[in-house]
Amino acid sequence: MAIVERPLAIGAGDDAVPVVDRPLGDLTRPKISGTWKDWLSTVDHKKIGIMYGVAAMFFFVIGGAEALLIRIQLATPNGTLLSPEVYNQVFTMHGVTMIFLVIMPLAAAFANYLLPLQIGARDVAFPRMNALSFWVFLFGGLFLNSAWLLGGGADGGWFNYAPNSSVTFSPSHGIDFYALGLQITGIASLVSAINLITTVLNMRPKGMSLFRMPVFTWMNLVVQFLLLFAVPVISVALFELTFDRLFGANFFNTEAGADPLLWQHLFWIFGHPEVYILILPSFGIISEVIPTFSRKPIFGYSFMVFSGIAIGFMGWGVWAHHMFVSGIGPISVAAFSLSTMFIAVPTGVKILNWLATIWGGRLRFTTAMLFAVGVVSMFTIGGLSGVTHSIAPADTQQTDTYYIVAHFHYVIFGGALLGIFSGFYFWWPKMFGYMLNERIGKWNFWLQIVGFNVTFGPMHILGLQGMSRRIDTYDASFGFEFWNLVASIGSFIIAAGIAIFFWNISYSRKQWKKAGMPNPGPDPWDARSLEWMTASPTPEHNFDEEIVVESLDEFWHRKYGYDENNNVVRIATAEEVAQDGSNTNVHLPSPSYFPIVLALGLPIIAYGLIYSLWLCIPGAALLIYGFVGWIFEHPDDPNAAHDHHDEHGDGDEPDALDAPADDAGADDEAELVAAGTETEADNG
Amino acid sequence: MASATVAVEHDEDHGHAETNTGISNNKLAMWLFLSSDCLLFGALISSFLLYRTNIGDNNTGYDSPFDVFDIPFTSLSSFVLLMSSLTMVLSLSAVNRDDERAGRIWMMTTAFLGMVFIGGQVFEFTEFYQVYGLGYSTNTWTSAFYTLTGFHGVHVSVGILMLLGTVFGTRKSGLGKGKSETVELVGLYWHFVDIVWVIIFTVIYLIPIG
Repeated sequence: MAIVERPLAIGAGDDAVPVVDRPLGDLTRPKISGTWKDWLSTVDHKKIGIMYGVAAMFFFVIGGAEALLIRIQLATPNGTLLSPEVYNQVFTMHGVTMIFLVIMPLAAAFANYLLPLQIGARDVAFPRMNALSFWVFLFGGLFLNSAWLLGGGADGGWFNYAPNSSVTFSPSHGIDFYALGLQITGIASLVSAINLITTVLNMRPKGMSLFRMPVFTWMNLVVQFLLLFAVPVISVALFELTFDRLFGANFFNTEAGADPLLWQHLFWIFGHPEVYILILPSFGIISEVIPTFSRKPIFGYSFMVFSGIAIGFMGWGVWAHHMFVSGIGPISVAAFSLSTMFIAVPTGVKILNWLATIWGGRLRFTTAMLFAVGVVSMFTIGGLSGVTHSIAPADTQQTDTYYIVAHFHYVIFGGALLGIFSGFYFWWPKMFGYMLNERIGKWNFWLQIVGFNVTFGPMHILGLQGMSRRIDTYDASFGFEFWNLVASIGSFIIAAGIAIFFWNISYSRKQWKKAGMPNPGPDPWDARSLEWMTASPTPEHNFDEEIVVESLDEFWHRKYGYDENNNVVRIATAEEVAQDGSNTNVHLPSPSYFPIVLALGLPIIAYGLIYSLWLCIPGAALLIYGFVGWIFEHPDDPNAAHDHHDEHGDGDEPDALDAPADDAGADDEAELVAAGTETEADNG
Repeated sequence: MASATVAVEHDEDHGHAETNTGISNNKLAMWLFLSSDCLLFGALISSFLLYRTNIGDNNTGYDSPFDVFDIPFTSLSSFVLLMSSLTMVLSLSAVNRDDERAGRIWMMTTAFLGMVFIGGQVFEFTEFYQVYGLGYSTNTWTSAFYTLTGFHGVHVSVGILMLLGTVFGTRKSGLGKGKSETVELVGLYWHFVDIVWVIIFTVIYLIPIG
């Protein structure tokens, strides 16, 4: 493992004979820790989570720049900054980037970092597969964005309706990059979903029953199930699109009698669960933040969990409300109208429960709490405008107008992104060992929320006035210019807020260093769940010893008890309860280069499919090399001594279970077999 | 944690820590992957159903796919694939009995039957293309047909590689009782691919076109 004290040498007593662990010669594990190699080879869920976050923020800057270009173009009538062709690419790539390369990976960052901690586990079930997920996502995202340098990005909108996505209407390679890039990031999501579900279902310590898991863990479990079932559907749609464009298939070729609704159905069967994939992690985050800063347990825990599960189920039955104007027929429209109204119920339950949690609490309005309250209020607006879409006649008016743009930004920016920012401020000390400055944080919050409303509030009006989305300009006589200008000003206020966030990171870090790097302690917020029960920043092995869980909010119950009048009283300080992270005798999975090697093969194959099939050969070779190397590499470094494989021979791990294949789906199952890694403490 | 007990458990159960569900991580992950794969084939089958009557489009001269299907031939290769599930079960049973030799033989037999099936598919594709003139881009039916059966063929091929990998990758470590879960996982995948073929076969070759 990548970091400092490789603990296992301690107590190894016997002179361990070095075992040859160089099955393919080159990519031996890094021997010295503390270098950049740690990051390339790490399988630590915390480092992977941080890398997810960094990569997503990088794409966030790109997607944000695209958003600003859109707003500059639309600030005044007859804008000339972007040509119609470039405008199409900019709004398409803005949407695709923000959804697939920003919100989803940011949620993955939190899920990766926190799920094992919140259930009290040492790592995820398959640490190397976890690294694979990240690298595949990163390379997929870079591949998608490399289209800008190779003739222009996708230009069909994020949902990329057929037959507009055919070569006839979009002759550049942009949509090929879209199809293959999302295919690659889909593989990342699928691998990650399998991994995290296995982790949560299988790796809980004693006493951590499912209904003692924090709401954040629950919401992410639901999300991973949604990904598990939604990703293959979009994969098929993207395969069909790819085959249409590159190999002359006819799935969406209307000239050959194809039905363009096929794409719409496949896309939205994925696309609507995707909406919940985006929002539920944020719901989970604020379900941790609000109780902490209200000093109350979450109101109606089981209602929170079951409404999340209900959203997960019902999310599969509402997809056609995106298609009310596609001519799907009155029965379908009626059915999907009803189901769309119903899905507002569990969402409403959640909002009421958050309010009831806040009600009567001893509130502390930290930045994290402000962002969380921002989510509750802004998401409610977005949710309400969403319910208006369930009324099909009204939706017919609003479809493809700025009203829709306003709606989904209130949901995704106001809901998902603000929640993620709440999570940043909340968990920052746990992840990095220093607090973000609260005063700057409040500036960040207020600029962001004011800018957000100034930008997207007016879009409701514009939409109802009839301004259609995706239009590259408008005439002065249309009456759109005032609110467009307001929206454009708002977008720069948002940008200022985001810039302040980045500045806050470096400023707080400098101040912290200047102050001699004081440790914020394990529990700076007086929080409730297990991740606060270990040192900050989280030690590499997470917990010194396994925690035996006795209740929901275990950590809180260890800090507080009841006196004879049934009043809550403090019975212990956080420092007394929390583990100090000093145990160095913990067995951890070993680092590996093969995930990154394997992942690197995928974009090369994708370039090959677009430009020259010959390029697929080195890509596939790299894939196979990574694959075989993976299988023959011990998940646990035999030279790192004293893992208990030594006790009974090491014949059980590296079976060549599967020979490589370039089928994307097939990559997974062999890894499962090869990557089984135990991560229990080995105190013996 | 008492490492002594850990060691004992490991000797018996080869390295699987106790899990909350009682199902090992590897097996749970395989089930999850297969459940996800159901949706993959679900979407592919849906796409095919949409175009299943379109074989005559673009002047191919056929009224119905049954003009080109060789049902007895495909039934035979389907039978071969189904029998491979039986040999897979026999292999797992042999491994469970610690009968390494029989385990290997049955696993090789399974892989061989899978290859026969793939051979049949290659033959069918070739015949459709060369004799009946049905190329991948001829019309919507051909695209949907080749894609659906092709994806299944790729799954079978991956399964064959998994089988061969298990047989040849365990030459040093042996394929005894301790490997039974590995074999079981390969078997899970193999049976899944078989079941999917039962559905595909029914949808494509058996349901008549009104």
